[in-house]
Amino acid sequence: MSTPGTNYINCEKGIWSWLTTIDHKRISLMYFYTILGFFLLGGLFAILLRTELLTAEPMFMNGNQYNRAMTLHGSLMVFMVIVPGIPALLGNFCLPIMVGAKDVAFPKLNLLSWYLLIGGALIAMLSLFWGGVDTGWTFYTPYSSKSADAVTMVVFGAFIMGLSSIMTGLNFLVTIHKLRAPGMTMMRMPLFVWSLYATAIMQVLASPVLGITLLLIVAERVFGIGIFDPNLGGDPVLFQHFFWFYSHPAVYIMVVPAMGVVSEVISTFSQKTIFGYKAIAFSSLGIAFISFLVWGHHMFVSGQSDLAGTIFSVLTMLVGVPTAIKIFNWIATLYKGRIKLDTPMIWTLNFLANFTIGGVTGLFLAAVAVDVHVHDTYFVVAHFHYTMLGGALTGLFSGLYYWFPKMTGRMYNETQGRIAAVLVFIGFNATFIPQFIMGSQGMPRRYHTYDGVFAPYHMASTFGSYILAAGFLFAVYILVRDMFKGEKIEDKNPWGGTTLEWTTQTPPIHENFEEIPTVTGSPYEYR
Amino acid sequence: MSTVKVDRRVDHSHHFESMQQEHESGKQGTWLFMATEVMMFGALFTAYFLYRGKYFESWVEGGALLDWKLGALNTVVLLFSSFTMALAVRETQLGHNRKALKYVIFTTVCAFAFLVVKYFEYTGKIHHGLFPSEGMWSYDAQTPQLRLFMVVYFIMTGLHGIHILIGIALMFWLMKRLKNEEFSKDYYTAVEGVGLYWHIVDLIWIYLFPLMYLM
Ligand SMILES: [Cu+2]
Repeated sequence: MSTPGTNYINCEKGIWSWLTTIDHKRISLMYFYTILGFFLLGGLFAILLRTELLTAEPMFMNGNQYNRAMTLHGSLMVFMVIVPGIPALLGNFCLPIMVGAKDVAFPKLNLLSWYLLIGGALIAMLSLFWGGVDTGWTFYTPYSSKSADAVTMVVFGAFIMGLSSIMTGLNFLVTIHKLRAPGMTMMRMPLFVWSLYATAIMQVLASPVLGITLLLIVAERVFGIGIFDPNLGGDPVLFQHFFWFYSHPAVYIMVVPAMGVVSEVISTFSQKTIFGYKAIAFSSLGIAFISFLVWGHHMFVSGQSDLAGTIFSVLTMLVGVPTAIKIFNWIATLYKGRIKLDTPMIWTLNFLANFTIGGVTGLFLAAVAVDVHVHDTYFVVAHFHYTMLGGALTGLFSGLYYWFPKMTGRMYNETQGRIAAVLVFIGFNATFIPQFIMGSQGMPRRYHTYDGVFAPYHMASTFGSYILAAGFLFAVYILVRDMFKGEKIEDKNPWGGTTLEWTTQTPPIHENFEEIPTVTGSPYEYR
Repeated sequence: MSTVKVDRRVDHSHHFESMQQEHESGKQGTWLFMATEVMMFGALFTAYFLYRGKYFESWVEGGALLDWKLGALNTVVLLFSSFTMALAVRETQLGHNRKALKYVIFTTVCAFAFLVVKYFEYTGKIHHGLFPSEGMWSYDAQTPQLRLFMVVYFIMTGLHGIHILIGIALMFWLMKRLKNEEFSKDYYTAVEGVGLYWHIVDLIWIYLFPLMYLM
């Protein structure tokens, strides 16, 4: 077995040992740097956009440049940050350890997923040198089959990143089914694993539809075949159906893992057994199932029939049920818990507050009449930032701080961590509450100029975004700095967690466990 | 910590606990991959039926333009190849690498035959101006949306053809490994996996043939 003092980080040396590693923990660390890198880049574009919007008149970007920056911001954040964020980064590290395995089922495929993400991202970003793309991250036809050449590259890049996502999901499903330690029944799995399970189902079943749709756009552009071109009998709305058939489940691919992180953090930092384990576990599956039936809520104004609109509206509201089940169970877990307000917990409380707002405004948008009114306004922009940023990304940071000591063997600076988390909370709400207001008053999205009446809201939103950016920059800086400079710890279980990863050495050895554990009880057994 | 290369015929990879666990994992992974294939083609079948409902006459005209005899020939070729592939899997499971190799070669020959027939079909269509791209379409269609039918035809059969090509590449990989006698009674995951892939590719054609040529 391993000699004392060795762990997965120092057991091999040199850049090559990282680029060819098939250890899930090392791959997770590689995702850490790539995803945070993309995150900073996507954030840079966000700040450029917000700064341009400081005044109603154009400042330093014209309409074209604005659209390009907006498309890049969206595509980067969706395909390169939030979709791979929690599963590929935190899931990769935690899932095998949490179920008591030495690695994922297909370690080489796992490495390939990382290379595909990098490759797809590079191809997509090269488009910058071909003049950029101005379609928005949704690539709606027929515009996307006619506009700038670079669309082909971005779309192809997104296709490759989709493959990466599929393979991660496939790997996780098999790992969960086949590699659990003796005694680790499905109903003894940590809730984070359950959330990754539901996510993986969506990744495997939904992403292929996006894949073929993106390939059809490429074919449309290269051959001019016209499958979505009304001039040639094609139907552009079919594209929207295909696109949202993936992209609605995709928003749950982004947020369900965050819900898993939150379940872990709430239990640990309330020092209390999670309330409603089964309800939380099955509600993840419930969300995954319903997610495939609601895509039409993105198309209320696309000319679909009233009947279809009504059905999609009702089905969409159903998503509120499993989501609310989770939120109530989390609150019940907090109730009478011995709550510790460490950094991961502050991020998780951010999640609870922000995601609830995102979820409730989602119900507004699910109502057809309201949606027709606020469609394509900043109300929608604010809504999905509350779920994606206030939900998914906040969950990612909660998890990053939670598992940081286990991943790195060092402790981050607690005071600074808390300050960053609070800054993000303030900045986030200052940025997006004004957007709800101006959206409900009719400020359309995706414009680089606007009517003067919206100026105060835009100004507030832009200054809010600077606080938000400062908070996130600080949060990332702390993590990266303390990865090398943080105080060393050897404590196996600094937070008093009850899942398997807290029984391993800090940081874990190459094969995670000296001996595969035999599980005898449920997770979250606090006494 | 370099991992020692294991002899898969008698031992499992380091992160598994048993050969059986490793085998089952590989098998399930292949099935899940097949699910992604079904979803991907599923989107195209949706497009097919949607446009067929909308432009029925063009689908009739298009179907009549395709040569059902060539389509039927290819169906027979693929069915036969599925049979030889199944035999290859069987022989590997019994530990007969050499016999399995022979069947894999049969399967590969069928795959090539399929592509040759497809090549003649495609060139015929292109020659008659039936390739639906800008500049290549010159056919005098009787119904307005014939071109859209040809779009769907070329995309679906083209994607299927790409899968056949990938299948051929996989066959060559199997041939190399079978030649080296890398499989045993207890280890045949790769052959079984490629076999499953090949059956799915055939199955998709079983749907494509009547939908395109006969309806
Ligand atoms: Cu949606």
